[in-house]
Amino acid sequence: MNNLRQLVEAFIFASDGPLSLDRLSVLTEQPKALIRPVIEQLLQDYAASERGFYLAEIAGGYQFRTVAELAPWLRKLSKDRATRFSKAALETLAIIAYRQPATRAEIEYLRGVDSGGVMKTLLDKNLLRILGKKDVPGRPMMYGTSRHFLELFGLRDLNDLPTLKEFAALDPEMIEADPLDPEPVG
Amino acid sequence: MSIQIRVENFSGPLDLLLHLIKSHEMDIYDIRIVEITEQYLTIIEQMQQLDLDVAGEFLLMAATLVHIKSRMLLPVSEDVGEEEEDPRAELVKRLLEYQRYKDVAELFQQLPQLERDIFLGQFQLADFFEGDSEENEVAIGIYQLADAFHQLMKDQPVESFHEVVRESLSVATYIERIVEKLTEKIRLSFREFFSAEFSRNELIVTFLATLELVKMRAVNIEQVDAFSEIWLALSIPPDQLSQISPEKDLLGYE
Repeated sequence: MNNLRQLVEAFIFASDGPLSLDRLSVLTEQPKALIRPVIEQLLQDYAASERGFYLAEIAGGYQFRTVAELAPWLRKLSKDRATRFSKAALETLAIIAYRQPATRAEIEYLRGVDSGGVMKTLLDKNLLRILGKKDVPGRPMMYGTSRHFLELFGLRDLNDLPTLKEFAALDPEMIEADPLDPEPVG
Repeated sequence: MSIQIRVENFSGPLDLLLHLIKSHEMDIYDIRIVEITEQYLTIIEQMQQLDLDVAGEFLLMAATLVHIKSRMLLPVSEDVGEEEEDPRAELVKRLLEYQRYKDVAELFQQLPQLERDIFLGQFQLADFFEGDSEENEVAIGIYQLADAFHQLMKDQPVESFHEVVRESLSVATYIERIVEKLTEKIRLSFREFFSAEFSRNELIVTFLATLELVKMRAVNIEQVDAFSEIWLALSIPPDQLSQISPEKDLLGYE
């Protein structure tokens, strides 16, 4: 099928969110084995040609995005739309991203401050999701990051985050005792 | 040195402490606790007008520092064979850990962010076809469901009369009603579920029934995108429903 490439490209172009390989396979009614090389080719094509946008791998799917180098210019577009994050919000997000599933108490111990308000805001913005309840007294909620979090920061999956090791080069002992590498979540 | 430090600029006591350690060029593994405690207390004194919630957390840290300081002053008992832990150890561990997440937060700030640095093609058309785009539904979480219910309760006028008729509403009955409705119509919007004539109690029981159905995995909840209509649909064929019908007393509600 000669125009499968066109079709895949068009689907990704017209979709609301990142399209996964599975989804593309359903949409195009073609086996994944056929779609995968087509995507590989598209990824390469866009990476090789100097365009204002490229095919990105985001949150387990594929999506066209403007290239990061143009950010200083494109920021002109974003004045009112962009989400501004407070220091507290980013800290909380950082802790949850790496420690998930994390309870509010754990987050507050690590930050040393009440984090209820910040977490509510992050939940409202769809950046967190509730993963369930922890099997300890009080059965506190466990939180993790959402798909939307990956999309917002342009991450393929949680493994795409830099490991915490890279952040604590000065402190080799602690890392061995307490590895905090993120685990992929469903 | 009398540089004005404003506590509001720090996201918490750990942040402030890290700042003090750095600005005094101390080794984090060998904090000069007397000096740091003094510095810290001076700053806390300046923040008396701060609101109590914030102050509480900073005061807790002050107490911790003073406690560590007092333990450091105690002579190390030599007769005990086992090695005694440095009183500062736990604090150091927390500071290092906090430092890491502070760095990650910094990184997040710098990552290219959607709608700020990186953009997608904008397709407003999707709005026109709302309700038509069932293909793209995404599964939503309990938080969104609860939020939608909250919204619904807000729209409900506050009842101003007192009629003391106790109507016992059973979740099981409402589960049956929902299933009936869904068998007829296959798909219902969250709003349709809750008819306007429902009393507050009925709304709550209906919501509980919905949650039960979700828990039993008999119903799927879907949403096209954030903040749009939430849809409910049966996730198993109607003829299997009898098997999942709950025993009334298993539910644990009145």
